[in-house]
Amino acid sequence: MEEIIISTIQRTMVAGTPLLLATTGEIICERAGILNLGVEGVMAIGAVTAFIVTMTTGQPWLGVPAAMAAGFAVSLIHAVASVTLQANQVVSGLALTMLGLGLSGMMGKPYVGRPLAVKMDDVAIPFLSDLPWIGKALFHQSPFLYLAIVLALTAWFFLERTRMGIQIRSTGENPKATENQGVNVALIRYACVLVGGIFSALAGAHLSISYSSSWVEGMTAGRGWIAIALTIFALWNPARAIFASFIFGGIFVLQYLLQPLGISPNFLAMLPYLSTLIILLAISFKDPRRLNAPARLGAVYKRGER
Amino acid sequence: MIKIQRLEMKDICKSFQGIHANKDINVEVNSGEILGLLGENGAGKTTLMNILYGIYQPDSGSILINGKPVRIANPLESINLGIGMVHQHFMLIQNHSVIENIALGYKDTPFLFPRKILRQKIKSFSSQFDFQIDLDQKVWQLSAGEQQRVEIIKTLLNGADLLILDEPTSVLTAREIKELIDILRRMKADGHSVIFISHKLNEIMEICDHVTVLRKGRIVGGAQTKDTDKLGLARMMVGKDVALTMDREKLPKGDRVLSVRNIHVTGDKGVAAVKNVSFELYKNEIFGVAGVAGNGQRELAEAITGIRPIDSGKVRINGRDITNLSPRQIYDYGISHVPEERIRFGIAPGLFLYDNAILKQHHLKKFSKWYFLNYERIKLHTKSIITEFRVATHAINNQIRNLSGGNIQKLILGREISEQPQLLVASHPTYGLDVGATRFLRRHLLELCRQGSAVLLFSEDLDEIFELCDRVAVIFAGEFMGILDTDDERINDIGMMMAGSKRMNSDPVEAGLTT
Amino acid sequence: MIRIITSDRYNITPLRSFMTNIAALGAGILAISLIFLAAGVNPLYAVCQIFIESFGSIYGIKETITKAIPLILIGAGLTLAFRAKFWNIGAEGQLLMGAVFATWTAQHLGPALPPALIVPLIFTAGFIGGALWGIIPAILKIKYAINEVITTLMLNYICAEFLTMLIVGPWKGKTRFGFPGTDPLPDSAILGVLPGSRIHYVTLILAIICSVGLCVLIYKTRFGYEARVVGENPDAGKYAGIDFLKTSLILMAVSGGLAGLAGVGEVAGIHHYLGYPASVSSGYGFTAIIVAWLAKLNPLFAIASGLFFAGIIVGGDAIQISLGLPAATVEIVNGILLIFLIMGDYFLYNKIQICRSRA
Repeated sequence: MEEIIISTIQRTMVAGTPLLLATTGEIICERAGILNLGVEGVMAIGAVTAFIVTMTTGQPWLGVPAAMAAGFAVSLIHAVASVTLQANQVVSGLALTMLGLGLSGMMGKPYVGRPLAVKMDDVAIPFLSDLPWIGKALFHQSPFLYLAIVLALTAWFFLERTRMGIQIRSTGENPKATENQGVNVALIRYACVLVGGIFSALAGAHLSISYSSSWVEGMTAGRGWIAIALTIFALWNPARAIFASFIFGGIFVLQYLLQPLGISPNFLAMLPYLSTLIILLAISFKDPRRLNAPARLGAVYKRGER
Repeated sequence: MIKIQRLEMKDICKSFQGIHANKDINVEVNSGEILGLLGENGAGKTTLMNILYGIYQPDSGSILINGKPVRIANPLESINLGIGMVHQHFMLIQNHSVIENIALGYKDTPFLFPRKILRQKIKSFSSQFDFQIDLDQKVWQLSAGEQQRVEIIKTLLNGADLLILDEPTSVLTAREIKELIDILRRMKADGHSVIFISHKLNEIMEICDHVTVLRKGRIVGGAQTKDTDKLGLARMMVGKDVALTMDREKLPKGDRVLSVRNIHVTGDKGVAAVKNVSFELYKNEIFGVAGVAGNGQRELAEAITGIRPIDSGKVRINGRDITNLSPRQIYDYGISHVPEERIRFGIAPGLFLYDNAILKQHHLKKFSKWYFLNYERIKLHTKSIITEFRVATHAINNQIRNLSGGNIQKLILGREISEQPQLLVASHPTYGLDVGATRFLRRHLLELCRQGSAVLLFSEDLDEIFELCDRVAVIFAGEFMGILDTDDERINDIGMMMAGSKRMNSDPVEAGLTT
Repeated sequence: MIRIITSDRYNITPLRSFMTNIAALGAGILAISLIFLAAGVNPLYAVCQIFIESFGSIYGIKETITKAIPLILIGAGLTLAFRAKFWNIGAEGQLLMGAVFATWTAQHLGPALPPALIVPLIFTAGFIGGALWGIIPAILKIKYAINEVITTLMLNYICAEFLTMLIVGPWKGKTRFGFPGTDPLPDSAILGVLPGSRIHYVTLILAIICSVGLCVLIYKTRFGYEARVVGENPDAGKYAGIDFLKTSLILMAVSGGLAGLAGVGEVAGIHHYLGYPASVSSGYGFTAIIVAWLAKLNPLFAIASGLFFAGIIVGGDAIQISLGLPAATVEIVNGILLIFLIMGDYFLYNKIQICRSRA
């Protein structure tokens, strides 16, 4: 029994990690007012890039920056389209997802069915990992988990307690007024889209070189989309995203726990998506003012418009 | 200490889509001076100031500070030069707290913990100018006057020596206007200079040292305020002697059209916006609702036309209860509506003119057969509105976004009036129009009324109210302070009523209703 | 110093709009060529081959038309939804639901009924299935303000799992030797094809009728007018007294219903049984988004743009085999073309001038 509980917590943390990384990235991006529906695609690109680099160099630690660079590069497309070219952000994000999924499939084709010789090792945090029960579950984990939590807390601090955080949030609330205070709205939006992309790519890297050690086409399995829903669930607050992501991590793990009970595996596979709908429904009963959504999320901003 | 001793704008020209917004403008303001920029809506005052603030670039002309030419490419450069601007529509982040808004605008905001560190600085600063504001409140919770003070604090913190105020009094109550004037006098004594934009003669005469008058993008006059009078300025502003009244025949009181009983309406902020309002409106009558902007006018208009739910109370048209019916049902009972924010509510910008000409009427029999729209008739109808209301456009299959604001407004008014409604609810119908168009539209309203309609007119412009209305109600903080005939002698106290410090009523029956 | 001045462009002519699309597709194909180059394939050959395989032979054209059927149906339906700014990304799920409903109807009523009765019945069932799956997000959006992009997408996944659950469980066919999938549909429910091809003409005719009908619906009816107003400016829609719930329900029922019809075509016209989701639809629901966009949200143009993207699928599949490219090739092509199309819009709606500034 003890082992089941420990392994459940452990797997929950693992399953929640990519969600947390991607959600944090999307929160930063949406806080600046840009809706990025390309998370799924960027994640896939991150996953395949990290995998290829790790495979060829044998160094998982090289896979991570490579994935970040790739995430940066593909997100640039969305930044240019939505900020400079004032394109519809919904369509631009969808295009990015298609491109990302396609490109990752093409890049990864030679690597299908070839597992990594070395994947990223789990790291035990000294002393803490020796604690009974939670030590093993929480403190002997993939470095991605620690990274995700640190990044989420940093993002929270950055958004809420720094000058640039105020500028970013103002950009999403009222770009015109923000521009008027001498803030470069376009620059902020570019930066946030790109940082968001890097975070999504990290989420992908976790999937391919830490969570599993092989590349499968479509291995992101809708996690990018769930991250977008989690952004709403977290009320655009990275600290709440930690909580939200691990709840969903738990739902992913639930599938494996319930399978032995004879419940249809396909029904269990539906659970994350079904839960997303249920949670969004529950959130909708909240007072919209307390929902905290950036006021101009997804709206095109034209500089100097009369 | 004061960086801007003299500011000059020389030969400034700026055009939008081939239309001159500013043409050869020259203005000058010195330290310790208040310059008034007077002109009608659309005269080019705001454009000129947006150029000074770096939001627009002039097509030609130059800006000189202390005699030295400067280039102002964006608001940040303007702030660094010592220029501050308070826009007519406040540039505040509504969902953020006061302190966050100040931190956003302040150029020396520290990177870490901006709120904590700024707090002390603002405290000492606001006591100097006697600003009383809770720094942790969200901006949307503040009154218009408080929001304006936040804007002024922002500019002063950034070391603004020259303060531009764009129509600062349009949203203020009489008391708040007095407070604003006090602040401006204090700043003047400190050596600051101020450019004060307004279309209200009284304020210009009271506050400014000298005044420059703009009309249709050009300077048409200027004077020291002590050397001129209101009539002279008014003449310059409109370019001809203004007949301040319009012939209005007294029509017999007709049947009751609209009856509003004790309605309560909640505003966007979740607080009561309209409180216990009752009135009646008769055939052949224009009933005005006067008041400072943001005192519940918009919510009242939206509640009557069905856009906003009514919490309690009854609205009846011709005796029929229409409380909380859908906007379409209410339209079908004969209530037309010219909304306050026309561009936002009144049109679908990407659709053609003729699509927009039937926005609320497409379901009517005359425009549709069964489920199909009858475009032949719709186009004829559009053409007749365009001719009758002088909408300037080259074609009716033109996207309406290509039209100027004034022309869009004429189309909307034409659309709402053309169906000969029982009741027209019109919010600021002439706002932003030039004098000619304004007179034209007012005559249309009188004509509509003569033909047997009733008009409920919301306006901040008292001249308009007196010119058109038979009776006027004054709204303050969502309540009617009283309903008076426009020829009632006590009407002189309307200013007190608008500030919420006096209640009055014309006849005892309605007095009984409102209390 | 050189300055770039952008300004709004007024009076956009259909010709300019068309030419911008062509230019954007051209630029997109150029970008795809670069990717081919990077993948070690001769880009000129690969690009030419895509179009030769799809439009250069009778066989290719037949295949292209076959694949165009679902794209036209779904794409036309999406133009309606997108016009009202209802971002229906769930056509894939709606297609599958249509297929499920049609399969059930065919299996239960097919053996007893003649084709003249059962064929209209399965199409009706498919439409209902897609429409039901489509109106769920409409209700969630209007009643509970939940973003439809997320809900339609989640419903895709849910539907795919649901379908799989059926074919490995209760609907698993006795003739499948243990493999997932239903038994073949009864003969009466199988759609006729043009001789020597896989073109199930009933669905094709239906697709063309639907495109034309939707065009009339959007531009000539009260409902279409309301949908356009809501899409252009929801505040104006509210002011004009348009019932958002009713409008959204109808447009999502139509949009989802057409996707459902596409699902019927795939099951009853091509596969003749219900198999794995990925085999029932090869991503038509997503490709149709680009079809709608290329058609400038005009359902009539969806016929042409549907054919174009069907050609990309057929050609892409062909070069994928002949040049050893991965299955994702078509997806890359689609993604890039969509990116270039929306970028092209910027140059359509804005005038860009480059001039030397005085200073």
